[in-house]
Amino acid sequence: MIRVDLTILVAITLAICHTASASAEPASSRQAELMYLLKHDCGSCHGMRLEGGLGPALNPQQLQPLSIETLSMTILHGRPGTPMPPWKPFLSQEEAWWLASQLKQGIQP
Amino acid sequence: MKSLLLILLIALNGLAHGACLTRGTGDMGIIVERADGSVLVVDTSAHKVLFRVEGLGDLSHASAVFSRDERYAYVFGRDGGLSKIDILCGTLDKRVIQGGNSIGGAISQDGKLIAVSNYVPGGVKVFSAADLSLIADIPATATAKGKGSKTVGLVDTSGQRFVFALYDTGEIWILDMKQPDKPALTKFTNIGRLPYDGLITPDGRYYISGLFGEDGLALLDLWHPEKRIRRILDHYGKGKKQLPVYKMPHLEGWAVAGNQTFLPAVGHHEVLVVNTSDWKESGRIAVHGQPIFVIARPDGRQLWVNFAFPDNDTIQVIDSETLKIIKTLKPGKGTLHMEFTPRGEEVWISVRDKDEIQIYDTENLTLKTRFKATKPSGIFFTNRAHQTGL
Ligand code: HEC
Repeated sequence: MIRVDLTILVAITLAICHTASASAEPASSRQAELMYLLKHDCGSCHGMRLEGGLGPALNPQQLQPLSIETLSMTILHGRPGTPMPPWKPFLSQEEAWWLASQLKQGIQP
Repeated sequence: MKSLLLILLIALNGLAHGACLTRGTGDMGIIVERADGSVLVVDTSAHKVLFRVEGLGDLSHASAVFSRDERYAYVFGRDGGLSKIDILCGTLDKRVIQGGNSIGGAISQDGKLIAVSNYVPGGVKVFSAADLSLIADIPATATAKGKGSKTVGLVDTSGQRFVFALYDTGEIWILDMKQPDKPALTKFTNIGRLPYDGLITPDGRYYISGLFGEDGLALLDLWHPEKRIRRILDHYGKGKKQLPVYKMPHLEGWAVAGNQTFLPAVGHHEVLVVNTSDWKESGRIAVHGQPIFVIARPDGRQLWVNFAFPDNDTIQVIDSETLKIIKTLKPGKGTLHMEFTPRGEEVWISVRDKDEIQIYDTENLTLKTRFKATKPSGIFFTNRAHQTGL
């Protein structure tokens, strides 16, 4: 029971966060820069088409079990003990959220 | 007269599209255009693009080897494509999709076999260099998730052997292809966590694997495989707090000068100096960023270093004798790859974000000329054909 409640709670929080961050979407020129970063710099480990490399594929099927929030945390803080580096020095929270939601939707940078 | 003829030849070739050149290939090479799935065939004497060959798929991180007659380039693409290019005709001779996601390959000592290592599904496949037909399929050890471990750092060595590392399961394997129908494997397990790349010394004797998950490097003496794996440079990666790594360094193109060798430090702004007689660290050179490639000019006198994001607009040149930085160059953002002409009077550099190739004089360290290429990455010259491990 508690678990169900928690899930709902998380879902609501996420929904709120999502609307909140949607309003803080990066400017379109910055979006283009982020897509470039995704393709070339994330691409050096995840594949330029994000089909995987040393890092896993970043497509909607693969990311299905992970929430946008988890993904943006991974992007910002990396995964210690693995090659996935923290991108916090280069990306704001909104930008990481935007990238994560792009990944969830499925993009071909 | 000679140059006039050459110009005429190139001009004619441009007109009669598809006509093959009649010339030697020793001063030729290819440049990967990573975003367009194409390669440029270049003339390193004339500084000219001879052909553009298209339709090679996803070429991010693509690498290439050459046939021993230096006529064909085999290009390993990210999408698992293996392409054979005829550089005299500027044509795609043959292309197969050999796996899901590949990372690199090697050509056998006799030039008859091409081995490709794959991320997904992990393993190595061996093909006939003549027609790219499959000769052997070597699946990697399964990981806890049931997938085959990613295979990395694939190189060739003497005796028709290939050596590679298994990223997820921490192994090094020797694949002996003397009898192509009976591939023989020698496996070394527990070599260390997350080997991410490997290199072999130019004589083909020592295989060294970089470990991401722990400090040090794994060393295998191929003259004495019975001695198993030795851990060297225990401090490699230790010391100061490790910095995050925004691009994996490449252990490729063994940079040797005398009995010293030079390696990119992982997560540090340093190049390590290693004494090859005892494999002990003999110094560190502070550099501009996290090094990706550390390569030696063919005479060993200079080291050229490029860097990971966000410092990938810079190249530094180090004097291998004094270990001092003698020049810092700013070719531009996305300075991805460097290749020396066979005897090292020039180095060609790909600058992704400027869509250009820059050619530097290695004597006076100045820009000689440049030309356009679309999102260039790897540069590979034909003299690699006769070098073990390249
Ligand atoms: C130096 C290599 C490297 C770079 C560069 C890199 N990643 Fe990663 N990334 C990895 C690895 C390796 C993993 C898997 C970590 C693990 O084993 O849990 C990973 C995991 C991830 C995950 C979690 C995926 C999952 O299924 O768990 C996301 C999301 C991700 N990366 C996004 C990015 C983004 C966005 C960028 C660019 C801003 C980026 N990565 C750049 C290596 C890299």
